[in-house]
Order: sequence, then structure tokens, then C-alpha cells
Amino acid sequence: MRPTLARYIPFVVLVGLVVAAQTALSALKLEFYLTQLTMAAYYTLVALGLCLLMGYAGQVSLGHAGFFAIGGYTSAVLTTVNLAATGAAAGAGAAAGGVAGAAGAGALIGLLSRLGILVTGTDAYGGQTLTVLPWAAFAAALLVTAVVAVLVGIPVLRLRGHYLAMATLAFGVIVARVAVGTRIFGEADGISDVPAFRLFAGLAISGKKALRVQNYYIAWAMVAAGFLLLINLIGSRAGRALRAIHGNEAAASAMGVDVPRHKLAAFLLSALYAAVGGACLVHFNGGIGPGEASVMKSVRYVALVAVGGMGSAGGTLAVSTLLTFLSLRGAFGQLDDAVFGAILVAIMLFAPDGVFAPVGGWILRLLRGRRGARGAAR
Amino acid sequence: MNEASRTLLAVSGLHHWFGGLHVIDGVEFSCRQGIVKAIIGPNGAGKTTLLNLIAGSLRPRTGSIAFDGHPIAGIPPHQVAARGISRTFQATRLFPRMSVLENVMVGSHVRGRQGFFAGLIGPAATGREERRIRRDCMAVLDELGIADLAARDAVSLPFGRQRVVEFARALASQPRLLLLDEPACGLNPKETEEIGGLIADIRARGITVLIVEHDMSLVMGISDEVVVLSYGRKIAEGTPSEVQANHEVVSVYLGASDA
Repeated sequence: MRPTLARYIPFVVLVGLVVAAQTALSALKLEFYLTQLTMAAYYTLVALGLCLLMGYAGQVSLGHAGFFAIGGYTSAVLTTVNLAATGAAAGAGAAAGGVAGAAGAGALIGLLSRLGILVTGTDAYGGQTLTVLPWAAFAAALLVTAVVAVLVGIPVLRLRGHYLAMATLAFGVIVARVAVGTRIFGEADGISDVPAFRLFAGLAISGKKALRVQNYYIAWAMVAAGFLLLINLIGSRAGRALRAIHGNEAAASAMGVDVPRHKLAAFLLSALYAAVGGACLVHFNGGIGPGEASVMKSVRYVALVAVGGMGSAGGTLAVSTLLTFLSLRGAFGQLDDAVFGAILVAIMLFAPDGVFAPVGGWILRLLRGRRGARGAAR
Repeated sequence: MNEASRTLLAVSGLHHWFGGLHVIDGVEFSCRQGIVKAIIGPNGAGKTTLLNLIAGSLRPRTGSIAFDGHPIAGIPPHQVAARGISRTFQATRLFPRMSVLENVMVGSHVRGRQGFFAGLIGPAATGREERRIRRDCMAVLDELGIADLAARDAVSLPFGRQRVVEFARALASQPRLLLLDEPACGLNPKETEEIGGLIADIRARGITVLIVEHDMSLVMGISDEVVVLSYGRKIAEGTPSEVQANHEVVSVYLGASDA
């Protein structure tokens, strides 16, 4: 088979497994597992993005939970903050000859309303609410993430190795502290009552039990799409340039690769993967808490990429799905974070190329051995 | 001015220093199109620094470097590469976790257009260019006689083969000027001879070569002109035989290394 086509085999396997898993679980009346598999899909999107940055471009990030949180919180805030209340307050303030800022807020709400990106509803007490449409909130989440990724990426990506790890770690800490210390982000409680995200007719990202199968497929369709884009990129001119940067920056640069630009593009793209995961998961879970921005979450994503094998999107996908699913099922109990930390240490010590590399080498030896034996018999 | 005698590279008044160490001290020379020009000198003469200044990996403190009449001093390496200057490294720097062919395909980076976005979309957007790059790079491997190694992991090859792959990677950009940093370094006499033949072939294809080298037999055999550096200064320039007859060269360079 042509090598370009062989690249897409893991994608086909993924699609097959996704359908097979749902069919089997539904047949066995174990559909409740689909909920955790759906959540695992959104976290896996973060791991895939990080795999591009770390595994292929060789740039470590210990702050990716920060991008997940920026995407999630932006969507959550915009789709839950009642603008009717602020609008009314602004109107009242303006009527009383209040501050120009309040009048400005009123004008902004009017503008957003005319653009058709606001949606009215009723709250639990029967009062009228006015919130941003999930689509618009989603777009805003990606925009905010992109701006932050570029602003953080330009200075930070000048650093290498441990220094880059520390700088991204600091970024993650900042996001976590902002999330837990800001009123609009719900402080330690986070944000709840995030509405469903109606994608288009009949399809919605929502945690409703009736939509469980549908949501499983929405989430895994996104992972499949993300995986496909990644396979495309890795095999392209830009992907080769990223792998060359990983291998030897000076040589890549001498071959004409604009190193800072490629690093920034990879950083931006991987941040967007994380933000998409975050922005979708808040609609599925109906909320988000500051724990999503924690440094331990970032470490967890790094562990998933490392276990999957740096530079193996398929490996990352498999490992992330399995370990995240087990973690969400509570398989690691109170020791959840400790398990991921321990896994990271063990991988670095015993299988720095990921769990699949030794297994792959073992299979290769086995095949060679058998072929050798057959040759000898002849 | 006819094509053969046209100046492709002109370096003048070049100075560079690291801290208090003046490694390039007012170097001046030019290189005509189509020739092989060698830069020789004892260890620490500033040869590799000079190459790095031309390639853009270092910014000269003062002085000018003109490539085909355009100033290039101080511009970043990827822009130097885009103008048609390619290079190899003293200790080969192939990309690990990539095959020989992929390494050479990175070498042709400046000859491609498709960026990140097209890369994400995939073969529908990049297929045509990818096929061209792949074909051209296979042709380069073929010319250098290493087509059979295309699928091999580049850094697992024997050192001598890696050097040839690095040549292929540098040639894949179809450069006008090729900078070679001690290409015979670490090679045995047979491999050195092979590299010499390779450089002659490259010259025959009309590519100008600037070579920094220690190995005298290689330099004297393949070079049209030689520049001799000592402690960052140019002490002689001319044809190999002129330089070999130069009294200062013999005492400063050959004498010093023989002692």
C-alpha cells in the first residue's frame, strides 16, 4: 500500500472501534458507560493537541489545562450570565443619569441582540433571562484562547527544555488562580447550569440521559476529526518541519524552516484543540469547576502523551481514552492524581518512548525470529 | 560580465568576537559563481565561525556579506536558505525519528508553498506538491547513489552514509551556493575520496561550493581557490598551488601543524 494511505489506517480503526463500542454497550444494556466515554473523548482532544506540540514539535507544555479551562470558562460564562439583569441594571443606571459605562453595556447588549447572538429564556424562578447563544460563545471561546495562546506563546516559545516547561507551568498556575479567585468564574464553586449546545436540527451537546448515544457520537466525531486533521498535518510539509524542529532546531532553520513561526502555529493549534474540548465538555457536564484548570490536570495530559509514546497520535489517543475512562469511572479512587504522577515517573524511567514502543519492538523481533527460523528450515 | 566570472558571494570587513576573543578579524574575500572555494586554517582560525556568519546562524558584529549583490549579513538562517544558500554541518545533524527520504524532504522546504492550513486539510490540498517533492527528493537520492536507503531511519546509518544523506538534504533545496563544514571530518580515506568525487559532481552541476576543511589532500584536489585563515585573519588567497608555495602559509599554518 502507498505510505500516504497507510497513514490513515489508525483513523479507520478508530471509527470502527467507536461504532463497535457503542453497539456492544447498548446491546449489553451498559449504556451508562457511554457517559464517561463521552467525557473521555473531550479530554482526549486535549491530549491529541498536546501530542502535536510535545510529541511532534518537541515543545513541552505543562499548562494545557489552562487552555482547556479558558475554552470551558469562556463558553460557560457567556451562556449563563444573565444579560437581562445587567441590561436592566444598566438601563436603570442610565435613566438615573448613572455612569457612561453602564450605558455602554446597555448599548453593547442591544448590538449583540441585533446581531442575533443572544437568546432569551426563563430561569428557575420564572424570570426572563438573556444569554449568549452557545454557537457565539463557542466562537468567542476559541477566539479568546487563540489570543491568549499567541500572547503567551511568542515570549514563552523562545525558551527551551526545562525553561519552557517552567514558563508554561507558570501560565497554568495563573489560569488556575484566576479561575478560583474571580467572582464571575464562580470562584471555588465554578459555574453550573450551563445550557445545552444545539449544534443544528436535532443535535445537541447535552448531558440529558435521552441524548446519551447522540452525545457519544458527537464527541467521538470531534475526536475523529481532530485525529484526521493531525494525521494530515504530520504527513505534510508543515508537519515535517515540526518534526525537524524537534530533532534539531539549527538544522531545521538552515533548511529554511521559520522555527519561531512553526512553533507558534503548533502551540496555537494545540491550544485550540484543548479549548474545543473544554468548550464542549461544559455543555455536556452542565458546568465547570476550577479543578479543570489545576496543574495536576496539566501533568495528567503530559502523562497521557508520554505513555502513548511521544510522537504517536494513535498511541496518545488509545492511552488517553483508556486511562481517562478508568479515572472517570473512579478506578483509581482517592489516588487519582497520584496514579497519573506515578505513571509519568514509571514511563520516563522504563519506557521513555511510550508503552507501545517496547511492545512494537517485541512484535518486530518475534516476526524477524520466525522469518529467520523459516529461512533456516529451508 | 559573463556568467562564469560573476561574483556570487562577497564578504568584506567582517568582524566577529565572542566576549574578548576576536575570532573573525577583518576578513575579506569573494567567491565567483561555479567554483569550489576552500577556507583552510589551523584549529581555532575562525573557519566554522565564518561559515556560520554567512549562513546566518551568527550575526556579524560589523562587516558586510553580499549574496548575488544583495546584503545578507544578519538575516536569520531560514531567510538565508530561502535565497539559495544551503549547508551541511561539521558533526552531521540529521533529523532523528525521520527516514532518509523525510530528512531530504525537509531539505526541500524552501521549494514548497503549502503551509499549516493546507497541511491540516490534507492530500486534497497538498497532494500535488507532495508528489512533486517526493519525486524530486527521490531523484536526489538516486543521483547520490543512496536511493536504496530512502526508507531507513536516518540516524541509524553508518557515519559515512549519514554524511551523504546530509549532502542530499542540502542539495534538495537546489541551492546556488553550498556551504560545507569539514565534510571529511571523521571519515576514513576511502570515504573522503568518495566525498571529493561528490563535490566535483556538485560543481559540475553548476553549484558554487564554499568548503571549510582540515583535510589537505581533499582541499588541494578539488578546490579552484583557497583562502587561508589564521587567528581570524586572512593570510593568503589564491589557487591551491599558489597557496602551497606561499611562505607565510607554510610557516604559520603548515609549519605550525607539522610541529
